Amino acid sequence: MLITLVGISIISWVVITQAPGSPIALTMDPKASPKVIEQMMKNYDLDKPIYQQYFLWLKKLFTGKLYSFKDGRPVLEKIEERIWNTLLLNLVAMVITFSLAIPLGVFSARRQYSFLDHLGTFGAYLGISAPTFWLGYLLILGTVMLFGYPVLGMRSFVTEDFTTTELVLDRIWHLMLPSIILAIHSIAGLSRYTRSSMLEVIRQDYVRTARAKGLSEENVYYKHALRNALLPIITIFGFLIPDLIGGAIIMETVFAWPGIGRLSYQAVLARDYPVVMTILSISAVLTLLGNFIADILYGIADPRIRYR
Amino acid sequence: MERQHSKTFWRYFKKNRLADGGLIIVIMIFLIAIFAAALSPYDPGKTDVSLKLKPPSFRNYLGTDQLGRDVFSRMLHGSRISLTVGFIAVGISILIGVLVGATAGYYGSWVDSLLMRFVDTMLCFPSFFLILTVVALMGPNLINIMIVIGITSWMGTARFVRAEFLSLRERDFAQAARALGVKDLRIMFRHILPNALAPVFVTATLSVASAILVEAGLSFLGFGVQPPAPSWGNILTEGRTYIFDAWWLTVFPGLAILITVLSFNLVGEGLRDALDPRLRGRR
Repeated sequence: MLITLVGISIISWVVITQAPGSPIALTMDPKASPKVIEQMMKNYDLDKPIYQQYFLWLKKLFTGKLYSFKDGRPVLEKIEERIWNTLLLNLVAMVITFSLAIPLGVFSARRQYSFLDHLGTFGAYLGISAPTFWLGYLLILGTVMLFGYPVLGMRSFVTEDFTTTELVLDRIWHLMLPSIILAIHSIAGLSRYTRSSMLEVIRQDYVRTARAKGLSEENVYYKHALRNALLPIITIFGFLIPDLIGGAIIMETVFAWPGIGRLSYQAVLARDYPVVMTILSISAVLTLLGNFIADILYGIADPRIRYR
Repeated sequence: MERQHSKTFWRYFKKNRLADGGLIIVIMIFLIAIFAAALSPYDPGKTDVSLKLKPPSFRNYLGTDQLGRDVFSRMLHGSRISLTVGFIAVGISILIGVLVGATAGYYGSWVDSLLMRFVDTMLCFPSFFLILTVVALMGPNLINIMIVIGITSWMGTARFVRAEFLSLRERDFAQAARALGVKDLRIMFRHILPNALAPVFVTATLSVASAILVEAGLSFLGFGVQPPAPSWGNILTEGRTYIFDAWWLTVFPGLAILITVLSFNLVGEGLRDALDPRLRGRR
């Protein structure tokens, strides 16, 4: 795993700094004045040999001294401001997803090949295939036309006079749309996954035994089958952890949600390399951790894996 | 033997009505893309400010945009971009994926470990953000987009191909070829690969769907195909400002993306169901 970590940091760094359009290319620009070039070389340590540049970057990253280009503030500080917003949004989306997708999947599996199953499957495909930004705009159009109340951002403009309850309600209102759309996509995928997992489990011998024993259908499905079907879903849960931070770039942009996704998009727009590199590496590291946790969780949940 | 295999496959695929429908739509979109120029009533780039922001009518089936261009014609031409990006990007990703997977699966031991480490590392990156960043760095044009999408989505194919190779390597025909002294490369590509291709078709189709979505997302954020070239995501972004006045600029491109991606997904899933015997229930 350590090797992967190192690999991640190297690839992040190489991709950003060595690709055309990066600071190095800019220094070769004959149109830039020598003073600007000198300043840039100092900022990026470009005057030092390549391998040193990489280590200097790492050092700056960990000691929090990496500064953003746009406004000179430390990158980590900028991230810290926004990370809770993204976390909130994604957590809500995740809760919605899991609470809806799993029952839907089980429902579909119970009635395999029935009309409802086909309907559910088709709905799932729609969910996976719809472009999120499109759905976002449609919902914004619809809500604003229906309710006439602003939806963008995290809170409305005139919030100073609101009481606490109204503030909370306002926050929830702004949360609803983006998290629902985020959830639609995940629900579609997760419900199909649950369905196929359930289908596999149902064909097993122990389910047949349970039925033969005379247990009620409810019992068979929810107590015996579901528990086993949920195992691979736990692994998925581990994979979803990095998504909590990874940020839904598109969603956050559409809804003007002040989170990491939007931060990263603005950073790319502004060619703010330190921010971009940091977010890239952090996301990758989190994914790695997420996989690791998923493996551990799977080991805990399924004793057969433990003793290999 | 072979003919029996494909006969069962087609039988099962045809029974899956969703996949059937998907396939028909895919073919239709293909034809639309090829004959876009002939099918468009107007020139997609022709601006006519006197006609700006007109709703759908008999003259302009899907309305006009803020510069007076006919949305219907633009959408027809946009299909070309989406399909081109989809197919070439996936082509690149399959090329890389098959090469990596075949090598890892055939040689095993340290080659396998090394390559799989590489795959794991690449898998850790948030793909959309990575694509966005690299495209932004390299300049947003069609070729860059296709290359970048291609080099970030080969990992799934690699895994599948590797798995197939790992098992097929031990089969009699492969062992016989080795015993006869056939060179490794030849075994890999003439003997094993044709049998390992089944999951590749599935992944390829599904990847086209995802590539189209990514291209749309990129265009939406401004880093895809640049205006005035019409791309579905493009039209949507340009229509953003007029969302309340000209709903047709938002609804139709998204709908086109939805239908296209949906049909590719349906075909891909149909392929997967047809090739995987485990999930067939009582019919």
